[in-house]
Amino acid sequence: MKPVLEVRDLTVTYPARRGAAPARAVDGVNLRVRQGEIVALVGESGCGKSTLARALVGLVKPTGGQVLSDGEPLGYSAAALKAYRRHTQLVLQDPGGALNPRQNVFDAVAEGPRLHGLTDRLDERVHTALAKAGLRPPEQFAGRFPHEMSGGQQQRVVIAGALALEPSVIVADEPVASLDASVRGEILKLILELRDSLGLSALVVSHDLGLAWNIADRVAVMYLGRIVETGTVEEVLLRPKHPYTRALLSVLPDSGEPPVLLTGEPPDPTSVPGGCRFHPRCPLRAAEQDPRCDGEDLPVLTGDPSASSLAACHLVQ
Amino acid sequence: MTAHERTTAPEGQAAPMLDVRDLRVSYRSGEQTVPAVRGVSFTLDRGQTLGIAGESGSGKSTMALSLLRLLPASAQVSGEVLFKGEDLLTAKWARLRAVRWSAASVVFQGAMSALNPVRTIGEQIREPILLHDKIGQRAARERAAELLDSVGVPSRRLESYPHEFSGGQRQRIMIAMALACRPDLIIADEPTTALDVMVQAQVLNLLGELVREAGIGVIMISHDLSVLSHMCERLAVMYAGRITEIGPSKQLIAEPRHPYTRALGRAFPTIGDPASRLAPAGLPGDPPTPSELARLSEGRGCAFAPRCSEAMDACRTDTVELWPSGPRREAACLRVLEGSGT
Repeated sequence: MKPVLEVRDLTVTYPARRGAAPARAVDGVNLRVRQGEIVALVGESGCGKSTLARALVGLVKPTGGQVLSDGEPLGYSAAALKAYRRHTQLVLQDPGGALNPRQNVFDAVAEGPRLHGLTDRLDERVHTALAKAGLRPPEQFAGRFPHEMSGGQQQRVVIAGALALEPSVIVADEPVASLDASVRGEILKLILELRDSLGLSALVVSHDLGLAWNIADRVAVMYLGRIVETGTVEEVLLRPKHPYTRALLSVLPDSGEPPVLLTGEPPDPTSVPGGCRFHPRCPLRAAEQDPRCDGEDLPVLTGDPSASSLAACHLVQ
Repeated sequence: MTAHERTTAPEGQAAPMLDVRDLRVSYRSGEQTVPAVRGVSFTLDRGQTLGIAGESGSGKSTMALSLLRLLPASAQVSGEVLFKGEDLLTAKWARLRAVRWSAASVVFQGAMSALNPVRTIGEQIREPILLHDKIGQRAARERAAELLDSVGVPSRRLESYPHEFSGGQRQRIMIAMALACRPDLIIADEPTTALDVMVQAQVLNLLGELVREAGIGVIMISHDLSVLSHMCERLAVMYAGRITEIGPSKQLIAEPRHPYTRALGRAFPTIGDPASRLAPAGLPGDPPTPSELARLSEGRGCAFAPRCSEAMDACRTDTVELWPSGPRREAACLRVLEGSGT
């Protein structure tokens, strides 16, 4: 099966600021999202997951490597990007910030279609999108302004705005991080329903491993610009191989095992350690003292979606 | 027993360290009075930990901040907050200032905005010590260094400014400040909300250790039920300005008696639990808006009824209050009264 969205050896490097080294935010990533599949990209802040998401929708131009949509490399001319964004839509984190406070729901959702000249039967298009996003009956919501709605409803408006263009892929950056617990489940349910009813594919970026368990088919764990482990949700979350994934799972309150507290703060993309990039914080390396850990670079994971799990670690092959 | 008699009661006897009775807070907004906290009562002793869970707008932060009268002037507070027998709601400002920091301190959420950006963290940690403990500059400097080390930030960084630290370190510094005057009570308002999972685990671990060692009483506020249930022995769940269920954490999570606790618990999936795999659980509807709350407070009925899958006719008409639902537990649900609330 051809992936609807793919990145090959992607790198995004931000230029140096005031004498610092350039930041290697995304430092070699292969990732595929197949038709009707939900992939969760998880990691801590600063690991590069949001940069990767932005590169996927063409908001950030990669320094190296390629983004492919239905097997075709993404072009970066204004026209090519515009065409691409009908196909791949971005849903942002904070709906309060993503919506224009002076624009009502109808205009917010109609913005995309208008930009793309899809103004024939615009009412119908907007109302259909609102209904798909769970704002029913749509007529009741179309005239409202963001401040008249709850956070969950605002996020539904943002999702409706994405759906109005009938995309085949949605890239959602922390779609529920700013929402309350009870609302979070409702929005996640919506993403699952959209997959089932419209065959939509999604890449969901999150720091929350529980979200992956709730909605994703596959998961990719990112650390310092690279995917360090990827595979099916069951395999990666229930039988994690990479010491970083294991540590992340162990600190969850319900993990039932002693927490492996990594020391230090998430590291700095302006100074990526040589060898395995996780080695300075790795509990396994501390125990095994293998010279490869800080001496030998690891290959970039292939991101082959048919493998049940892949881990970038010298010690757990 | 009146508040005055309690004041004279010898410390450490039957009276709890903190005894909150029928606490109510409302905000004036134009012509309207909007209730935020609608009658909350609980007690807390030294060395005990109480978690307060709830969603935004449930009144949990307002409730916690009102204990030390940290709310803006537009807030009207009533009820009693008896701290070591003394009602903090009626205490003089000078007395309240003495209690803040030295006897009870607060760890605020968002350390970046709570710390002063133009002063070194050393100065900021020393300030309450110098003010309350009447010790010299030199002794204060030493205490600040010890405190910083105890929260895992190297003490050589005392002369650094807040922006030079990461989010996790800043939250640790906030904890060091809260501990500076060796208080008996710490109120932690979402202490780890903005932090990554790994850093959150580090900070919670630290807070847990320090509190256990020093026998400090802790009130911890969070929207995350799973975090609270692991940090705190007791848990109170708030909805629409009231406690809907309170009791030992483990029991509340394992056998919630209130439908809202049940829904909130399911919203945080346990990885490996087949019931939540590809099945996120939410709760349809939204919490009451401020104006709905104002209406609710005048009439009867359960504030949660519109979202409750188990609501009966009586839920909309009867007065609902906390009723005993087991040993050391209470729940505000008519089903509990019926004896079928499982």
